[in-house]
Amino acid sequence: MPSGPEQAGRKRARGAGGSRPRRARRTRTRDARAAAGFVLPFLALFCLCFLAPLGYALHQSLHRTERTGPLGLGREHETFAGLANYAHALADDRFLAGFGRVLLFGAVQIPLMIVLATALALLLESASARGVAFFRTAFFLPYGVPGVIASILWGFLYVPGISPLVKIADSLGWHLDFLSRGTVLWSLANIVTWQFTGYNMLVLIAQLKSVPGELYEAARIDGASAWQVARHIKIPLIRPALQLTGVFSIIGTLQLFAEPMVLRPLASSVDSGYTPNLHAYSEAFVGNNPQVAAAEAVLLALVACALSFGFLRLAGGHAGERR
Amino acid sequence: MTPPPLRHRIITASLLTVAALYFLVPVYWLVVSATKNSADLFGTFGFWFADPHPVDRLTEVLAYDHGIYVRWLANSLLYAGTGAVCATLLSAAAGYALAKFPFPGRDAVFTVVLAGVLVPGTALALPLYFLFSAMGLADTYGAVLIPSAVSPFGVYLCRIYAAAAVPDSLLEAARIDGAGEARIFGGLALRLMTPALVTVFLFQFVHIWNNYFLPLVMLSDSGLYPVQLGLTSWTGYADRQPVLYQYTVGGAFLSVVPLMVLMTVLQRYWRTGLTDGSLKA
Repeated sequence: MPSGPEQAGRKRARGAGGSRPRRARRTRTRDARAAAGFVLPFLALFCLCFLAPLGYALHQSLHRTERTGPLGLGREHETFAGLANYAHALADDRFLAGFGRVLLFGAVQIPLMIVLATALALLLESASARGVAFFRTAFFLPYGVPGVIASILWGFLYVPGISPLVKIADSLGWHLDFLSRGTVLWSLANIVTWQFTGYNMLVLIAQLKSVPGELYEAARIDGASAWQVARHIKIPLIRPALQLTGVFSIIGTLQLFAEPMVLRPLASSVDSGYTPNLHAYSEAFVGNNPQVAAAEAVLLALVACALSFGFLRLAGGHAGERR
Repeated sequence: MTPPPLRHRIITASLLTVAALYFLVPVYWLVVSATKNSADLFGTFGFWFADPHPVDRLTEVLAYDHGIYVRWLANSLLYAGTGAVCATLLSAAAGYALAKFPFPGRDAVFTVVLAGVLVPGTALALPLYFLFSAMGLADTYGAVLIPSAVSPFGVYLCRIYAAAAVPDSLLEAARIDGAGEARIFGGLALRLMTPALVTVFLFQFVHIWNNYFLPLVMLSDSGLYPVQLGLTSWTGYADRQPVLYQYTVGGAFLSVVPLMVLMTVLQRYWRTGLTDGSLKA
């Protein structure tokens, strides 16, 4: 993704070393000192909040607590456990089922949401759309609703007895059950879609706006229909934005937590291992098993990195070649 | 350009209207429900008013439990406001240096930052809790504030923006005029980077405001809770004290409205900021 400025920077760096080496060297030390002053505050906190916890989790995940003395009530001490915690996590059917559930969720929800966001962006940017400002704001509004609140809100719209949606459906003779074992995953998907479609749409519109208008004009004059313009000009041109939204959606999906956590009291099929994150959380705070929780957090981070890198590779290959 | 045929316009308008209904109906439900008392919340049709007394209902929310709700709201503002300001300044400085100074290890730093963007925040929250509680930092304001000040995505965006918006020639000119690096950054670069900074600030503000997992893991003292955490603690007790359902709805309404107004107002600015980021990505 960042190849453009990266290369420009390198070229400049080489250029600066050019004709007068002594001056260049002085410039370089001055540069390095100034750069350090600017980068270090961020780097220090980054180490504290990203690298250190990952390192600590890695360390913890490789150890186990043992108690000595009668009935295991004596002193606690840590011993090296190898990959035992990982084996424990990977042998836990509920943890694996949670992973499978989240992957299924993402495989359905992410494409749906991105198609919806693209369709809305194209419709809003089409010449025949009226009231663009109103619709854009309306679609974007749910992004301002935190996941927890969105889930509380939709929870009320799902629960039979309170939900006006269920009431309306009942009076029409449909029996809706948003919280049954089979439907609750898709009820969660609906909450996430509701929240983030408008945000993704805005990212896509931003990229659409950067496409010069003459391009559409030319295509129109050549006799292309609105659909052809969208299919052959707009969609290929917003590809970078589609990649960006895709990666952020993948990362977001793997972290799914607040939504199932809030719906748990309402839906009996949402258990404490419903998503990997929920499982790690309950392993740490309910099961009192921080080492296994650490192993699960490490696994989650690894899978998230692998999937998003894989996605960028897959989706970014052609764009990179073109450049 | 010839106007598109009427049929097209009708189809477009109806599709957009259906979508608008989907996005607005839950918000509408929230507005209606925030005006109801506990009995009406459960006993009347959700999409219509019943004896609305919005001011009374919301005063009850604010007064409950010695005004704990106000405290939660203030905490949320503190976490999101302070965290976002710090994150923006740190990102601006780091992104500017990564874009404008060819220093050894620059590519390595940037790669690490990019990896940071791809590590999911909640996968980090648990390890961060273990680390912070080993350091005695858990269950303090700092436990939420410190991680909130770090935004790898902000650094990424600032670097891309600074590379394009801050001309080298201007920096050289300022250096020849004898300005120090800190002054050049504060007086020139920050000003040129303003659109990116607004975007980073807004992103981070919303991100911290919406973050649930980190405070949930870090905090046990309910006096330190941000508003989301407070509201879910109410729903947790609502089985025994059903009036809390009503307060949760009212509290959700109160916390959501200011952010929605803010987003509506800032949307235009936000969009231009996004263009700069994705255009050059």
